[in-house]
Amino acid sequence: MSANSDLNIDYLANLARLALTGMEREKFARQLGDILHYVEKLKQVDVTGVEPMAHASPVFNVWQEDTARPGLSVEDALRNAPAQRQHMIVVPKVVE
Amino acid sequence: MKYEAVIGLEVHVQLRTKSKMFTRVAAGYGEPESTLVDPVVLALPGALPVMNKEALDKIIKAGLILGCEIAAVCKWDRKNYFYPDSPKNYQISQYDQPLCIGGAVEIELPGAARNVMGEHKQIPLTRIHLEEDVGKLNHGASDSLVDYNRAGTPLMEIVTDPALASADEAYALLTSLRIALVQGGISDCDMEKGQMRCDANISIRPVGETKLGTKVELKNLNSISFVRDGIAHEIRRQLAVKENGGTIVQETRDFDGQTGTSQSLRSKEMAHDYRYFPDPDLMPVNVDDAWKASIRATVPEHHFDRQRRFMADYQLPYTITSVLVPDRALADTFEATAKLGAAPQAAANWIANDLLRELARSDVGRGLSPTDGLATCKIQPAHIAGLVKLVESGVISNSIAKEVFVTMFQSGELPDVIVEKQGLKQSTDTGELAKWVTDAIAANPRAVAEFKTGNEKALNAIKGAVMKASAGKANPKLVDEITRKLIG
Amino acid sequence: MADDLIYLPAARLAELLGSGKLSSSELVQSCLARTKAVDGRVKAFNSYDETGALALAQASDQRRAAGQARGPLDGIPVGFKDVIAVAGQPLTCSSKMLANYISPYDATVTVKLKAAGAIPFGRLNMDEFAMGSSTENSAFGPTANPWDLSRVPGGSSGGSAAAVAAGEMPVSLGSDTGGSIRQPAALCGVVGLKPTYGLVSRYGLAAYASSLDQIGTMARTVEDAALVLGVIAGHDPRDSTSFKADVPDYRAELGRRKGPWRLGVPKEFFGAGLDPEVGAAVRAAIEHYRQAGCEIREVSLPLAAEYAIAVYYLIATAEASSNLARYDGVRYGHRSTKAKDVVDLYFQSRAEGFGDEVKRRIILGTHVLSSGYYDAYYLRAQKVRTLIRNEFTAVLRECDALLSPTSPTAAFKIGEKSSDPLAMYLTDIYTISVNLAGLPGISVPCGFTGGGLPIGLQLIGRPFDEAGLLAIARHYEQAHAWHTQHPSLS
Repeated sequence: MSANSDLNIDYLANLARLALTGMEREKFARQLGDILHYVEKLKQVDVTGVEPMAHASPVFNVWQEDTARPGLSVEDALRNAPAQRQHMIVVPKVVE
Repeated sequence: MKYEAVIGLEVHVQLRTKSKMFTRVAAGYGEPESTLVDPVVLALPGALPVMNKEALDKIIKAGLILGCEIAAVCKWDRKNYFYPDSPKNYQISQYDQPLCIGGAVEIELPGAARNVMGEHKQIPLTRIHLEEDVGKLNHGASDSLVDYNRAGTPLMEIVTDPALASADEAYALLTSLRIALVQGGISDCDMEKGQMRCDANISIRPVGETKLGTKVELKNLNSISFVRDGIAHEIRRQLAVKENGGTIVQETRDFDGQTGTSQSLRSKEMAHDYRYFPDPDLMPVNVDDAWKASIRATVPEHHFDRQRRFMADYQLPYTITSVLVPDRALADTFEATAKLGAAPQAAANWIANDLLRELARSDVGRGLSPTDGLATCKIQPAHIAGLVKLVESGVISNSIAKEVFVTMFQSGELPDVIVEKQGLKQSTDTGELAKWVTDAIAANPRAVAEFKTGNEKALNAIKGAVMKASAGKANPKLVDEITRKLIG
Repeated sequence: MADDLIYLPAARLAELLGSGKLSSSELVQSCLARTKAVDGRVKAFNSYDETGALALAQASDQRRAAGQARGPLDGIPVGFKDVIAVAGQPLTCSSKMLANYISPYDATVTVKLKAAGAIPFGRLNMDEFAMGSSTENSAFGPTANPWDLSRVPGGSSGGSAAAVAAGEMPVSLGSDTGGSIRQPAALCGVVGLKPTYGLVSRYGLAAYASSLDQIGTMARTVEDAALVLGVIAGHDPRDSTSFKADVPDYRAELGRRKGPWRLGVPKEFFGAGLDPEVGAAVRAAIEHYRQAGCEIREVSLPLAAEYAIAVYYLIATAEASSNLARYDGVRYGHRSTKAKDVVDLYFQSRAEGFGDEVKRRIILGTHVLSSGYYDAYYLRAQKVRTLIRNEFTAVLRECDALLSPTSPTAAFKIGEKSSDPLAMYLTDIYTISVNLAGLPGISVPCGFTGGGLPIGLQLIGRPFDEAGLLAIARHYEQAHAWHTQHPSLS
C-alpha cells in the first residue's frame, strides 16, 4: 500500500472529469489523505491464497435469450436531454 | 539500411444478433435516430446489463472457427473513459480474461497468375474478446450530434499478433477473416455499415532486428482496400522518415482513403488510465465442454479446406473454386449438384457463370451476396444437375441449355419439363437431319468446293446452316457424319 | 379520522381498507394532510405527487368496490427514496445533477408495488447518490429527525425513515449500501430491513456501489416490513445479480417460526465508541431473548470489526467512481453553460452538479482503481471482503442470527460530523460488514436515550433467511412497546 502523498489530486480530478477549485483541491487532498491513512490498516491482513470477492454470491451464466423487445419511445428517450436536434443529442463540437 | 514492416491488426466485428449485448432492445443498422435505445443503452440511472446468450454463442463459434482456445471461465470488466459516444462513460469489455485465446487466420497471398493459387500462411491471433459498441457521432459545423442506436451492439475485438509483413498480407487477412465469419453466420462483416472495422499498428525495423520499432496506430480504415492502401502508405511514410534521418513518433494517425493521406490525431494521445475492474453488475461466464461441443457441431468447413477439397475431389480448377468457395451457399449449391450425379466441372461452370450472372441480373438477387440471392431464387441443385445431364446425354445442345437455364431461373420449372414443353430436344432423326444437310449443301456450293479441296474448316459453314435451320436442335455429331457422307 | 390513521401500521390499514371502514382516498388524504402539516419541519420529502396519488387511490377504491383488490397493499401509499425509479416522477438522487430529471421507466420494485395496488406517493430525501450517514449531503437541504429537529435522521435513507417516524407514510422504500436503511431506522425509531444481496432487484435503483446496494423497506412494525418485502422480493431477469431464491409468504411465516433460537453476540460490536446508553438498551434486548429461552452465544468477528470500514470505502468508492461517470451532462442531467468545449462540458457539469461528498468518493474511487494502485487497494479489499464473509458464514453456521447495536450512538446534531468525513464513516461500523457479506439485516427500536432519542437493535441473519430474521425481530417487538411511541413534533 502506498503513502498518502501518492494521492495526485490533479491527476485524479482529470481522470474523473471534475473541475476543482484550489480550495477544494486542498480540502479533498487532506480529507482523502486521512482516509487513505485509515485504510492502510488493510496491510496487516494476510490475504495469501484468498480469492477476491467480486460478487455476494458466486453465480455463473446469467443471461437472456436473444429476442428483441421494444425500447423507449423517441420522446421518452430524449425527454431529459439538455440539448437535442433531429432526434439526436447535441454536444459541443467533438474534435477527434 | 534495409527495413521490414511489422503489422498487427485490431479488428472489430459486430455480431449478428437480434438484440444488443447487454439489453434486449433491437440491434440494427439504418433505423431512425434514437429508436434502438432503452434505459440500458442510454445509461439512465438504475439501468442494469444482462448478457445476450446468442452473442456468447457467436463469439465462441468464431473462436472455434479460428482455432482459439475457449476460456473455461471469463468475466466482464469495465473500461473507464469519458467520450460522448459512450453512454455510461465506461465500456463493458473483457480485460484479462478474454473468451478466446490464441488461434490463427489462414490467409492466401496473391498467386503468380490469376489462375494459380497463392502461398498460404497462418497469422497467429493474440485473443478475441467481447464488448459493446458505442454510439455514433455526427460532426456539424458548430456542434456534434450523437445517436445511440449503435451503442450496445455486440462487438467482438479480434487482435492479431504483430505478425503481418505487408499491406497485402493485411488485405489477405481481412478477406479471409470476413469469409470465415460470414460463413459461420457470426456477422455480415459489411465494412460500409461499420459491421467490420479495422485499426492497424504499424512499425518498421532493420531487417534482422528482433525488437519491434515504434508503432503508429492507423485508424478509420473503413474498407478492405483502404486497409491495404493505408498500411502501404504508412510503411512508405515511416521509411521516408528514416531515410531523412528522422525518428518515428508513437502516435495515432487517421487515414483518408479518398485522398490517400494520413494525419496525426493528437487529441487521442492523452495518457490513458482505463481503471479496469470487474463489472459488479454482471456474473462471470463458465463455458463447459457440452456447450463448446454443441457449438462446434455448427462450425462449417473452413473455406480454404473446402477449396482444397473441391480441387482434389472434384478436379476443379483453382480459378473456379475461388469463385465458388468464398460464398457458402454457392459452394453448397455446387456440392449438392455434384452429389446428384452431375459432372462436377460442368456443374461448377453453370454455377460460377450462368447462375451468378442471372442472380446479378434478377430482381431477387440484384445487389445481394450470392448467399442472400440464392435464399430467394428458384434454382435448386436439382435444376442444375438436370441440365448438366441433359447436355451430357445429348438431349439438348449447350446453346439450347443456355436458354433453358434462363427459363428455369425465371420459372423454377425443372429443365426436362422446359425441354419437353418447348420441344427443345436435339434431333437425332436421320431423315430430318439429311433434309437439313441437303438444303445446306445446296445453299453453300462454295463451301462444298473448298471442303473438297481439303479445307476441313469449310465444313463449319454447312454445319452452321444446319444448326440455324434446326433452331439449334440438330445433334452436331450426327450432322457431321451425314454431311461428310452426302458430300463425299 | 385522519389523525387516528397517521401512526397505524400498514397491516392494520389493510384490514380497515379490506373491511370497508377506510377508503384509500381517505388514507391518502390523511397522509397528504400530515405531510403538509409536518414536512415543512421534517423535510422528509423532496417532492410528492398529490394529484397522481389521489387518482391511484380512487382507482384502488374502485377496484376494491368491484371485488378486485390486489392484496393487502392495495390502496396503501408508499414513500420512495429518491433513488428508485418511478415512471413519470422525478428521480433526483437528492443531487443538483438530477434536479430536473424525470424517470421514463419504472424500477422493478415499482412495477411490483404498482401491481400490488400500492401508491407511489412521493420522493424521499437522502444523502446525495446515497453517499452519507446523515442526509445532510442532500442538494436540497437536510432532513430533520422527527424526535429532535436539531438532529439528523441518519442516512442515507434519512427521508424514508423520517417520513415513517413522523407519520407521513405508513411504509417507505430505502436503499442500503453500508447501513443506509438500518442506521436511519435506528435513529428515527422505526423498523428498517436490508434484505440479502440479490433478493430484491436493483433494476431501477440508481447505483452507488453495485456489489453492495440493496433496496429494502422502512416500516412501523416488523409485520409491515414482511408485508412489503413479500411484494418487492424475487428474481428479476433484468438484474443479473438477482438471485433465484424462493419467496415465502414472509408475513405468514412470522406466525410459524416461534423459536427458541441460537443467537450470537459479536463481542467486538460492543467495544470502544459504543455509547453506554445504546449499549445498555441493546444488552437489555439480548436479555429478552435469553429470558425467552434462546441460547445466547458470544461470538467473534475480529476482521469484520476491524477492517470492514476500510474495505467498504475502497470497494464502494471504486464502484461509485465508475457508476457515477454516466452523470456527465450529455444525455440528461445538469449541463453547465460555462463549458468551452466537449471535454470542458464534463468537467464543469460534474463540478457544478455534484456535492462535496460525491466528489470526494469519486476521487477516492478513481485513485483506488488507477494504474499502479489497483492491486494494493481494490484487489486487496476484495480479498479481505472474502475473509469477512467467511467469518460471518462460520459464525452463522452456529447461530440463527446475530444481535448488535445498529449504530454506536443515537442521532447526532446536524452539522456535528459534517466536516469530518472519516468520523461520519465510522458511524456505520456495525452495519457495513453486513453489506460486505451480502447478508440480511434489520434494525428494530429497542429503547430511548435519556434525552428521548430512539435506539436500534440490529439483527443479522443467514443469506435468504429473511423469514427467520423477521420472526426473531418480531419476537422482541411483540414483547415491547417502543414502536408504539411517536415523536411529539411540537
